[in-house]
Amino acid sequence: MSNQQLPEHPDFLWRNPEPKSSYDAVIVGGGGHGLATAYFLAKNHGMTNIAVLEKGWLAGGNMARNTTIIRSNYLWDESAAIYEHALKLWEILPEELEYDFLFSQRGVMNLAHTLGDVRESIRRVGANKLNGVDAEWLDPKQVKELCPILNINDNIRYPVMGATYQPRAGIAKHDHVAWAFARKCDELGVDIIQNCEVTGFVKDGNRVVGVKTNQGTINTEKVGLCAAGHSSVLAEMAGFRLPIQSHPLQALVSELHEPVHPTVVMSNHVHVYVSQAHKGELVMGAGVDSYNGYGQRGSFHVIEHQMAAAVELFPIFARAHVLRTWGGIVDTTLDASPIVGTTPVENMFVNCGWGTGGFKGTPAAGLTFAHTIATGTPHKLNKPFALERFETGALIDEHGAAAVAH
Amino acid sequence: MLLIPCPNCGSRDETEFHYGGQAHVAYPENPTELNDREWAEFLFYRDNTKGAFAERWLHSTGCRQWFNMLRDTVTYDIQAVYAMGTPRPATTGPAASEPGTASTAADSTTTGNAAPSTSSSSTTAPEGATK
Repeated sequence: MSNQQLPEHPDFLWRNPEPKSSYDAVIVGGGGHGLATAYFLAKNHGMTNIAVLEKGWLAGGNMARNTTIIRSNYLWDESAAIYEHALKLWEILPEELEYDFLFSQRGVMNLAHTLGDVRESIRRVGANKLNGVDAEWLDPKQVKELCPILNINDNIRYPVMGATYQPRAGIAKHDHVAWAFARKCDELGVDIIQNCEVTGFVKDGNRVVGVKTNQGTINTEKVGLCAAGHSSVLAEMAGFRLPIQSHPLQALVSELHEPVHPTVVMSNHVHVYVSQAHKGELVMGAGVDSYNGYGQRGSFHVIEHQMAAAVELFPIFARAHVLRTWGGIVDTTLDASPIVGTTPVENMFVNCGWGTGGFKGTPAAGLTFAHTIATGTPHKLNKPFALERFETGALIDEHGAAAVAH
Repeated sequence: MLLIPCPNCGSRDETEFHYGGQAHVAYPENPTELNDREWAEFLFYRDNTKGAFAERWLHSTGCRQWFNMLRDTVTYDIQAVYAMGTPRPATTGPAASEPGTASTAADSTTTGNAAPSTSSSSTTAPEGATK
């Protein structure tokens, strides 16, 4: 458990410039993925005449609403490659961005509650090891040693039959991650424009040449969409469709407590994931609401269900209080894997479909999406995550294979 | 928690229902003639409308019947419920979404002769239908 203080808030993070009339590239969406993309465009590809357009305030969407879990223990090779690359970037980014956003590698445990879970977990540990991802299988006694507040009695509805454990996984301060990227982007000359909502696109034939916004039309050679739950809305403006469904996903925090929870515990089967933030609040997330929604709020019974699971697994949480709940809009795909690549519109690129797990992917999304935008062709890490996979059938089916349902 | 007006059972909690996604997506009329692109559209592409959205719900712990519902995906207000196989009622909400390209035909389950129930008082959700 880290007893570190929160990072000192820097005096200055970014300018708030007026949009220029034209840019070499425009990123739509000023969340983690948009900012990371702009950062890698500037740093790796020398594209500094670019802008990030954010309809609200910087990093106020899912970047502000997630449970900050970072891990790479995915089953399939394609996923393990991109998420493990992200994890390696997380390990060096605080130094590279010159901003300690408290990436705490306290480990992530994924509980197994049924024989099916146990088999899936052991298989995934094997797959992870073959892909160079650190992974261990823990029996219930080892689970208890690592996280003493977990109830491993076998008289509960879904007893703990073991867990997978990724020691290098952890959590980070999400707002500070966004600010770290934003500050570096600004230093490199990127214009971050808040309160700038995209209302349409200007096309020359099938080629995008500009972005219409509430602050006027901006000419641009390239457009990268990083709008998560609103990706479909932007795609419709541009004249194409995405295989995305937007759902509300909720999370909550308790009041502050003494450090009691040393790691991150996730349970696919009873569907709850819990960590304790640096300040002391218990942070919990659940599954998505079943229906499509853009309302940034979900139904309370989902939270109730999640709390019931949490209290059974962690009896000492019974007297904690829910301090605050909130919802974000997550962009889910049918194979629970992201879409990063080209679109049917020339010079328009899309990064979406990260669903409930986009935060952990932030650095790799930025790196690969920047490569795709700058060169017009995918990086080897995001090549399998192209939109075309829904046509070719080469899906990357991480449903139930990714340690936690998306 | 949505309070969903089941056309058969009346208003019940959302937890009694299962969500069925976009309504009016018909099975391709000539499946053997579809190319990969068209199959992808039918299998994986659904409208993701921000605004009034026609969707299917199943009252799984009640009458166990499917029905269609028009719901605003931003406010979550329920604007109408109507029978499977009947066309989407007109609303004053945001513009309807583009129909899918895999099939623009009417609902393939249009076999009954039930009239669209737009004029019936039962189609309008009671006040406070969502929360």
